[in-house]
Amino acid sequence: MSLVNIALAGQPNCGKSTLFNALTGASQHVANYPGVTVEKKSGSFRAKDIRFSITDLPGTYSLTSYSLEERVARDFILNEGPEVLINVVDAMTLKRGLYFTFQIMETGRPVVLVLNMMDLAEKNKIKIDHENLAQRLGVEVVPASMKTGSGKKDIIESVYNLSKSEKLKVPSQLDYLDMEEYLREIEVLLSKTSLTSKKIPLRWAAIKLMEDDENAKELVLQEETHQEIIAKVDELRKKFEEEINLKPEMYISKRRFEIAEDIVRTAVKKEENTKSNMTDILDSFLCHKIAGPVLLVGVIYLLYYLAIVQGYNITNYTWPLLAKIRTFTESIMPASGFIEEPLIRAFSLWFVDSVNALLNYIPIFFILFALIAVLEDSGYMPRMAFIMDRLLSRFGLHGQSTLPMVLGGIYVGGCAVPGVMSCRGIPDERSRLATILIIPLLNCLAKVPLYVLLINIYFAAHKGLAMFFISTISILLVLPVSKILTLTILKDKETAPFVMELPPYHIPSVKTVLMRAVERVWLFLKKITTIVAAVAVVIFVLLYYPGISDERMKYYHGEEEKAVSGFLKAASKTSFKEQFNVEKVTELANFYDTYRSAKMQGGSGFENKEKQFEEKFPLYLSIIKPSKDRELKLLGRELKKLVRSRKIISMEMKKERINNSFLGKAGMALEPVTQYAGFNWKVNVALLSALAAKESSVATLGALYQQDESGASLETRMGNEEKGFTPLHALSLMLFMVLYPPCVATAIAVKLMSGSAKFMVFSMIYPMIIGIFVSSAVFSVSTALNLSGLQAMFGFYGLALIFTIIMGFVKNDKNYQN
Amino acid sequence: MTLDEMKPGNKCKIKSLLASSMLGQRLFSMGMYPGAVVEIVRNAPLEDPMEIKMDSSLISLRHVEAGFVEVEFI
Ligand SMILES: Nc1nc2c(ncn2[C@@H]2O[C@H](COP(=O)(O)OP(=O)(O)OP(=O)(O)O)[C@@H](O)[C@H]2O)c(=O)[nH]1
Ligand SMILES: [Mg+2]
Repeated sequence: MSLVNIALAGQPNCGKSTLFNALTGASQHVANYPGVTVEKKSGSFRAKDIRFSITDLPGTYSLTSYSLEERVARDFILNEGPEVLINVVDAMTLKRGLYFTFQIMETGRPVVLVLNMMDLAEKNKIKIDHENLAQRLGVEVVPASMKTGSGKKDIIESVYNLSKSEKLKVPSQLDYLDMEEYLREIEVLLSKTSLTSKKIPLRWAAIKLMEDDENAKELVLQEETHQEIIAKVDELRKKFEEEINLKPEMYISKRRFEIAEDIVRTAVKKEENTKSNMTDILDSFLCHKIAGPVLLVGVIYLLYYLAIVQGYNITNYTWPLLAKIRTFTESIMPASGFIEEPLIRAFSLWFVDSVNALLNYIPIFFILFALIAVLEDSGYMPRMAFIMDRLLSRFGLHGQSTLPMVLGGIYVGGCAVPGVMSCRGIPDERSRLATILIIPLLNCLAKVPLYVLLINIYFAAHKGLAMFFISTISILLVLPVSKILTLTILKDKETAPFVMELPPYHIPSVKTVLMRAVERVWLFLKKITTIVAAVAVVIFVLLYYPGISDERMKYYHGEEEKAVSGFLKAASKTSFKEQFNVEKVTELANFYDTYRSAKMQGGSGFENKEKQFEEKFPLYLSIIKPSKDRELKLLGRELKKLVRSRKIISMEMKKERINNSFLGKAGMALEPVTQYAGFNWKVNVALLSALAAKESSVATLGALYQQDESGASLETRMGNEEKGFTPLHALSLMLFMVLYPPCVATAIAVKLMSGSAKFMVFSMIYPMIIGIFVSSAVFSVSTALNLSGLQAMFGFYGLALIFTIIMGFVKNDKNYQN
Repeated sequence: MTLDEMKPGNKCKIKSLLASSMLGQRLFSMGMYPGAVVEIVRNAPLEDPMEIKMDSSLISLRHVEAGFVEVEFI
């Protein structure tokens, strides 16, 4: 069976991907173009004796070299040499589509033109004479509707025949009238170069040179002697402009449209329809001066509500599944000693916890990705950009930054990963990079536990205000930061015109939406979870080593003996004394933990488990369960005591281990710097451990603020132990958390979307610098001025607001040629 | 007269494009060629960008960009 490469090309939104999916079925995969954000999909399908490998190129309006997508599409067509090009054209915008088709035809590849959306054309009473069209273009034309699936067979057949035909069927060429002479002259010049051996049509190169296309010039300039060709072309361009009084590139474009218009006039019959369509009606609300923004807020609220709130509710059901994985891991690992946990056990559990923390987000991600697909497919997304562009562009962002920012968490509770991943579509490179870089500073879900903890302790009387402050301050930090980035390090990045189509509204198809959501979740799992797992290993080592000294270990063993012998002594007075020795006591204590966690998970499964316990450890179970028997009652009491001492010892050990660990040492080493922000070493350790995942900050604080017998909550413990810790400290800590560097998962997303590891590193370093600066300034200045936490909070809020407004007025220059 | 001076509801015809590189090509490829008829639909809630209609497609562009499109009333 022979293999034939073909590609799908066309303007945005014409239905390429839909056709791609129809042709390939499920056998597809998404590939990221190396180093860039443009996505290229490839897949394959079979027709008779040929296997076709098909590539879905990015949709572009033209094939110049001004934008990344256009360069990607064009380079693919010229360099990879697909044997057949399927050019998908939206029948509703045929004229504009032909403008693109002509450029495809000029590349000299055999073309099959798929006239898609015929269902819509029919509905709008547009009749297209496709035979006439085919004849005028010199290419095969297949009317189709990918929505209903009609025309698919014909498309496959045409492609098959074209790839079988002996002689290369080259499409006819446009007549550029006054320019023909010039083109011929350049072709003669080019025929003496190595271009001829590269399968690049000379006529295409000549047209591109007349258009002053950078990439085409580079192609020619690959050999030094060709400098003179470029000089000659420049001369010809000038001459042409003088003669016709129009820039050659404008003349070419104009000519293409003239021909397109002429073809449309003969091939298309359109009945005038005056009835206003659905899109116009919807737009009169959705883009309305007042209703538009209100509805936008409504849509954003709904997005939050469905994905974050409801998604979070779903995790209540999925979490037990993940917890089962943990329980299972626990059960297959070597059992704990009385106080010492085997390393392999500690590590495996840590690893499972780290990955679980991330997997727990899958329901949220799935809903988010599905909703994004709905927004994309319905056509509302460009309207969001339309409404928000003015505001966001003042800060170096783009109308299309709206959705990524909403996902990242404009209020409380977003997630930076989908936020960063949805930056793909922003056409303006500078704005796109700025958006990618600021998203981690928004309030993601994982930052919230720390906020809640601190607000409950230190702003208990003003919870609402403090929560409002922390929820909205991030946007006031993000906007000026973005502006500063675009004025400094991103200054030289290319920008792009905003010019954007507002496509007609569609009712999104369930299939597309689900498929896209699954695809994105899968990408997330594949790319991100693996790396998060790797980093979990590193953090484990940093938190676990060098560990507790032998001397201290001896002390802990001493404590252990005390606790165990206490129990044995009590047991020796009972009739069960034969049943207990040191090992058995450890087993009993471990069983107590297993029983408790099984009980916590509860459900119908618990009864089964209890039966199993009954069979295996009848004695232990009767000790734990309330009983009338005097001896069992006594043992039960002793067991509680034993377990409590054990907990205290392990907590102390854990604390000591963190103190001694590399991360603990780093926390202490950082104290001289962080003291200006009011962070002691414990806070530093918590912040460092949050590097892998921000949720860890609260867990680490939990370990550091030792648990005592009362079992008081972390709130109380922190409040009691840190007498020196004031609301001001808490404020400073919260601000640092707002400006906290991206988690590992986000960092990977930044690398994927910015296409460079440099930006990933930058995205991790710059928030830390700003963070320590802001926290130190707020803490030190407020301390000097003797401000209360609340006063400092509102003072800072006011300043941030004023600064944001000022930054909005600083001018940002565009960075492209008109 | 340039396109950015038009008000919602106005109808005009494109005379020429004053930009020829990235912006010019972009406008062209969206169907804004000399002779095309343009109707101004609305301005965004914050006045910028503007939305125009050509044939049956809707296009939004910033006023600065519309400043490079020379038009005449019809
Ligand atoms: N009515 C109708 N809708 C269609 C047809 N084909 C595709 N669509 C819809 O048109 C929209 C765009 O389709 P896509 O396949 O994503 O278009 P694309 O060319 O891949 O777009 P880009 O990737 O942005 O370049 C989707 O909402 C499709 O469901 C069709 O034949 N008729
Ligand atoms: Mg597509």
